[in-house]
Amino acid sequence: MFVLVLGAGRVGERVARFAMAQGHTVSVLDEDPLALDRLDAGVEDGWESAGGRFAVGTALEAAALEAAGIAEADLFIASTNGDNTNIVMAQVAKERYGVEKVLCRVADPARAEWYESQGLNVICGTRIAISLFENELRA
Amino acid sequence: MFMVIAGGGKVGLNLARELLEKGHELSLIEQWRQRYIRLERELEHVAQYGDATELWVLERAGVARADMVIAVTGDDEDNILICQVAKQKYGVERIIARCNNPRNLEHFKLLGIEPAVSATDLILNLIEHSLPGHGLVRLLDLSGDQLEIIEVEVHAGAPADGKRVAEVELPEGSRVISLLPRDACGFVPKDSSLIRAGDEVLVILDPGLEDAVMSQFTVDRRANV
Repeated sequence: MFVLVLGAGRVGERVARFAMAQGHTVSVLDEDPLALDRLDAGVEDGWESAGGRFAVGTALEAAALEAAGIAEADLFIASTNGDNTNIVMAQVAKERYGVEKVLCRVADPARAEWYESQGLNVICGTRIAISLFENELRA
Repeated sequence: MFMVIAGGGKVGLNLARELLEKGHELSLIEQWRQRYIRLERELEHVAQYGDATELWVLERAGVARADMVIAVTGDDEDNILICQVAKQKYGVERIIARCNNPRNLEHFKLLGIEPAVSATDLILNLIEHSLPGHGLVRLLDLSGDQLEIIEVEVHAGAPADGKRVAEVELPEGSRVISLLPRDACGFVPKDSSLIRAGDEVLVILDPGLEDAVMSQFTVDRRANV
């Protein structure tokens, strides 16, 4: 499977590495060239020599997405730390490039709930943290 | 009308001033504390503090009863999201979005965020307009109403060169609305007005007819764009 990860921060970096370890072809797009260092750090010989792809660019610009290989992507993971970037890019991946599976990280539970109801595949870390706290409180 | 403006920078503030003067009711949302304090001093209760992409901030600003939402922050993703939520979640009928980077314009369109206004594009159009031998210049794009107005310079030897307005073979859904001869003032032409090479013509048309219209006025479009 070809996996395109948007945003190699604390979440994206780990997910990208995991996907590679699972044997997938992984391409990462980040606006910060330093993100490649973060990817390199966890991989022997470095990210790119291990077969990983990396492109620098702002996601909303079509040229950057295309350089990162969105046309071939089977799975698009929007994992930047910006909810709005993730929500917009997830829709672009789905509607413009017809990516089969699209996952979208959203921190704000209110936006997560609304976009979920609109058919977006949302992963909301905040919601998970809240329910863990609530479980502890119930105990 | 009641309008919600997201983003209290130069564009948002000046819009708010003009609209208030025209008697409209407004909420102006700004997320930077310092800027909000300045806005509040001038506009009082019209200014609202918060991130306009947060649903509760929009709700507090009155989005549910807004006649129009105008998203003019400096961030294109934010402007898209604000307009999308306003339209789809709160049923706001009219939206206007600012597009900061014209390369993002296609994504505004893809997600149904129209009209999207790009100052860079407007200035680019004006620059093209002042260049000699320019090709097509889009003067007005009312894609919501399925209409646009373009300006084009007539090439020597083009099908329309030397013809009268009524004789030009324009596709259905397009019409010459103005003639701007090289050395005279522009005017609204009659069917019998003569079109000559070097004139500029303004044409109103349904989107998608550009190529068919251009082929009447130009010889080889690519050579001039």
